[in-house]
Amino acid sequence: MPAQRDDSQARGTAPVHISVDRAYTDGPQHEVKIRARDVNVFYGDKQALFDVSLDVPEKAVTALIGPSGCGKSTFLRCINRMNDTIPGATVRGRIELDGEDVNDKAIDPVILRARVGMVFQKPNPFPKTIFENVAYGARIHGLTSSKAELEALVETSLKKAGLWGEVADRLHQPGTGLSGGQQQRLVIARAIAVSPEVILMDEPCSALDPIATARIEELIDELRHQYCIVIVTHSMAQAARVSQKTAFFHLGKLVEAGPTGEIFTNPRDSRTQDYITGRFG
Amino acid sequence: MTDAAPPIDKTAFRQGLEARLKKRYAQERRFRLYGQLAIVFALGFLVLLVGRIALQGYSTFIDYEVTQTIYVDPAKVDAADIGGSNFDLLVAEQMLAKLGETDDKLGEASGEMMGIISNDFGYQLLKRVQDDPSLIGRKVTLTGPVKADAALYYKGELKRSTPQDERKLDDRQLDWLDRMQASGAVSKGFNIGFLTKSDSTEPEQAGVLGAVIGSAMMLLVTAVLAVPIGVLAATYLEEFAPKNRWTDLIEVNINNLAAVPSIVYGLLGLAVFINWLHVPRSSPLVGGLVLALMALPTVIIATRSALKAVPPSIREAALGVGASRTQTVFHHVLPLAMPGVMTGAILSLAHALGETAPLLMIGMISFVPGVPEGFTGAATVLPVQVFIWENASERAFHERTAAAILVLLAFMIVMNLAAILLRRRFERRW
Amino acid sequence: MLTWIALLALFLFSGATYAFGRRKAQAMAARGKPGALHSLPGYHGGYVALWAGLPAALIVLAAALFGGRMEAALLRADSPAAVQALTDHGQAVFFDDARAMAHGTQASETIYEGDLRTAIEDKAVQAKRLQQLIQYGALAAGVVVGLAGLAIAYPRISPTFRARNRVEGWIAVLFIACAVTAILTTVGIVASLVWESWRFFQSVPPLDFLLGTAWDPQIAMRSDQYASKGAFGAVPLFAGTFLIMLIAMLVAAPIGLYSAIYLSEYARPLTRGVVKPLLEILAGVPTVVYGFFAALTVGPIFREGFNNLGGLLVGGPLNGLGIYLSQVQNQMALVAGAVMGIMLIPFVSSLSDDIMNAVPQSLRDGSLAMGATRSETVKQVVLPAALPGIMAALLLAVSRAIGETMIVTMAAGLQAKTTLNPLDTVTTVTVQIVTLLTGDQEFDSPKTLSAFGLGLTLFVVTFILNVIALRIVQKYREQYD
Repeated sequence: MPAQRDDSQARGTAPVHISVDRAYTDGPQHEVKIRARDVNVFYGDKQALFDVSLDVPEKAVTALIGPSGCGKSTFLRCINRMNDTIPGATVRGRIELDGEDVNDKAIDPVILRARVGMVFQKPNPFPKTIFENVAYGARIHGLTSSKAELEALVETSLKKAGLWGEVADRLHQPGTGLSGGQQQRLVIARAIAVSPEVILMDEPCSALDPIATARIEELIDELRHQYCIVIVTHSMAQAARVSQKTAFFHLGKLVEAGPTGEIFTNPRDSRTQDYITGRFG
Repeated sequence: MTDAAPPIDKTAFRQGLEARLKKRYAQERRFRLYGQLAIVFALGFLVLLVGRIALQGYSTFIDYEVTQTIYVDPAKVDAADIGGSNFDLLVAEQMLAKLGETDDKLGEASGEMMGIISNDFGYQLLKRVQDDPSLIGRKVTLTGPVKADAALYYKGELKRSTPQDERKLDDRQLDWLDRMQASGAVSKGFNIGFLTKSDSTEPEQAGVLGAVIGSAMMLLVTAVLAVPIGVLAATYLEEFAPKNRWTDLIEVNINNLAAVPSIVYGLLGLAVFINWLHVPRSSPLVGGLVLALMALPTVIIATRSALKAVPPSIREAALGVGASRTQTVFHHVLPLAMPGVMTGAILSLAHALGETAPLLMIGMISFVPGVPEGFTGAATVLPVQVFIWENASERAFHERTAAAILVLLAFMIVMNLAAILLRRRFERRW
Repeated sequence: MLTWIALLALFLFSGATYAFGRRKAQAMAARGKPGALHSLPGYHGGYVALWAGLPAALIVLAAALFGGRMEAALLRADSPAAVQALTDHGQAVFFDDARAMAHGTQASETIYEGDLRTAIEDKAVQAKRLQQLIQYGALAAGVVVGLAGLAIAYPRISPTFRARNRVEGWIAVLFIACAVTAILTTVGIVASLVWESWRFFQSVPPLDFLLGTAWDPQIAMRSDQYASKGAFGAVPLFAGTFLIMLIAMLVAAPIGLYSAIYLSEYARPLTRGVVKPLLEILAGVPTVVYGFFAALTVGPIFREGFNNLGGLLVGGPLNGLGIYLSQVQNQMALVAGAVMGIMLIPFVSSLSDDIMNAVPQSLRDGSLAMGATRSETVKQVVLPAALPGIMAALLLAVSRAIGETMIVTMAAGLQAKTTLNPLDTVTTVTVQIVTLLTGDQEFDSPKTLSAFGLGLTLFVVTFILNVIALRIVQKYREQYD
């Protein structure tokens, strides 16, 4: 293991790795929010990510695509250190959020996760009321000081998630009683309620029907003006529709990344070409 | 692009979070500590329980024996009526003589001597003389245990420093014991008798053999009944039964039976097997029947989960080549589920082995001084032996109770290990 | 013994008929073209063997099971005048003794003289004869039925005969019979408890039993001296059972739950792999061992502790309490309750562990990804989600605590008291059942029968608890499946 580590560090500065990532520049507000350098992830003895270096722009949607098991979800889980919760997982390399290494000892995972929200593949509302689901983050982090403030926060969050109109009259019914698409928007509202800077989405639409998917995609498009969003998706069409930047992963390596339009119209790597044209995956 | 984010003061926000963080982590550590304490408490109790019982019981396996030559005095033994002669007294007098003491008129000294050496001597002598009357007038060398109280003195549990009227043996008896030990007549050894003898009213002669054999016989009855019936019932419910109200009822019923207090099974056994069917009381047969009914639901539940673990593809494959349902089950599903079934069965039997309460209901509490005479004879079993000895007032029996528990635990550990090995050896993951 | 020999002989006979039937089928197969036989020859053999063996075996078994009853009934059919003069109970003992004499088992200590002596000897001879008659009769019947079975089944073997389906039909019957055993057990429990309790309620009205506050079954035996009514009030037993259960749950619920939380949410796989089997050992320790430990170790330690504490308080401002504490006995409710609680820890822990593991990982991830700490996740997400299941686990533990017998028999007392003081000596339903039914007993006295009244109450209460708990668990599992 140490040998591999030294190896990766030695190669860390090598320009070849950075060259696969073309910056997304569409104005000054899209400065780099997350900067990943030579990220390697091991699950026990198995290496899941190899020397991934990627820049994620602020106030834009970055899509991670690639065949199953290519490491895109693993990369996503590095950003808010959710890999810490998996026994035997080790992460090496640097991931900077606004210039701070998230794996630094001084960074607390609790604070980090309050700053980096996450939405999962399967909607996972807690077995509580809709109100309590959204209020959960505020309660554990002690964000609000009065009941009125909390109610206001829940309302804004639900409005931002585009769910307010549908649930305003039944805030105190269980969140698990909603439809799949509504549940997923509830989970997004729950994540928004703690005012995160980044929202990670791990295939948020794969368990939903096309209509619900369309609503979530609309929502993502609205949210990108305020947040840095990273989305893992299986659907190339979705990546093309919602993202500004796309990164293609294959067998644990970052093959190519760049502005979405370029990746889909003019891929530089033949593997990307094969994948987006449906030859494998 | 222009609707700006609501102005969030990010530094204030983070400072607020950090301020609370210390308290939250303290809470987290406390919570985790409670969990660790709970585990430590439970495991600590296990250590305490086993350790304490081992400490109480191990001394049972140490035995003090006296070897002495006894002169079979023709004046004291009536050749015409050997059984009517008082061999205990003869032995006591000879023992006294060896210590240079003579008996007084009232026989108090010999009485006290009988209080420190086992009446096993008298019994041995009687047997020897009965077998060979020519021994009368000759010398016989006998080896036998000292009385339990005397053994406690040798083991240091009965102390001379205790006031005389608070201990079982008086000063004179302790002197004799010291002199006997000094003379080299007393030897310390492994108490094999505890494993080769059965219950007795005299603690130094009491052993667990009868109870061990009783337990084995009862367990055999339980196994022969509960395992086949349980396996077949589970196979029926899992593989054949249509899903209707009847099978639902059976299923609910089995889950409930598994949680019925064991003493209720004892009442069932008393009312049905003993009072109605006249199965002999306190026999391994009736005990085995009751425990079989008790073990049945757990065997069924274990078998069903083992059957559930066999993937449906195996059944489909067998049915696909034209096997009947019965053939599929007997040729493929059951053999594959067998390790799981056997593990479950052994564990239920181990549980049955330790069961006491229902056996008290069916009269298994009587004093049985020997090995059971067959499945319908009176018997005692290990856990009940523990209960009986625990009730005895003599301190020496407490030591034996702990030792009997050690034997019982040894059996349970062997059965559990067998189950674990079986699981490890044949475990299969699909 | 005879039964075993007969069964063995039948088994051999049935094996022989199997070979016989199989040979005939094989011979037919050899003559015809391949596949001419509907079923494999083994099934033909099996079919014949079943007909030859099974009905006969059932007859022999029935004789072994019910022979004793039949013999007793036939023995009582005509009783001599001297016997008729005895009381009902005396007659029962007389006939039991006659059978005991005949079969060489232990008789009661009743001494029979004069007419009764000759009568019992006559009856003993008669009992012996009846027993032989029944045994050999059954044997003869078995032989006839076995041969008849062979005669019926053997000629049926033919290439087109569907032997496999027939044999599988028999097997299906066997399967169903085994499954029905479970139902029969319940029926047996309910019937025996209800029947004996009904006899008990003839002499003690159910309401007096359930609501009476005095329990003293010893005195009620002499019904001429003491009205049996007041002595069978079970309230003190219920109170004692409740008190000990409460103490046990106060120990088991927090410790069991916290260990389950630690094991399912915090422990590394290695720790889990070590601790879980150790807890299983704790769960496998027989209750009689816990009882021994409670009576001889925990009891004396607690008593000494309280006595010493009392000694310190005597003379001080808490003088009264001091005097009370210095007189506390070994057999306090606290000892039995605490040890029972420890016995229940692994039970609560393993059930709750299973329940919490059924809570989907996605909920934990959701909470952790929000920045919740592990403990916040457990307290606010996992536990609320697992709550119904945990409640059910605790209900099952309560049911175990109520039905537990050996610990209380060995470590709790016999004094029936209605109290909530954990330092007092109380008795429980199960202790009383054991006390009433061990030792010499006659089956007509309310004293003995009251044990069945208690048993019925115990069964009903635990049954209700179990049904509710199992229902909840089932619903809970369906929710997350």
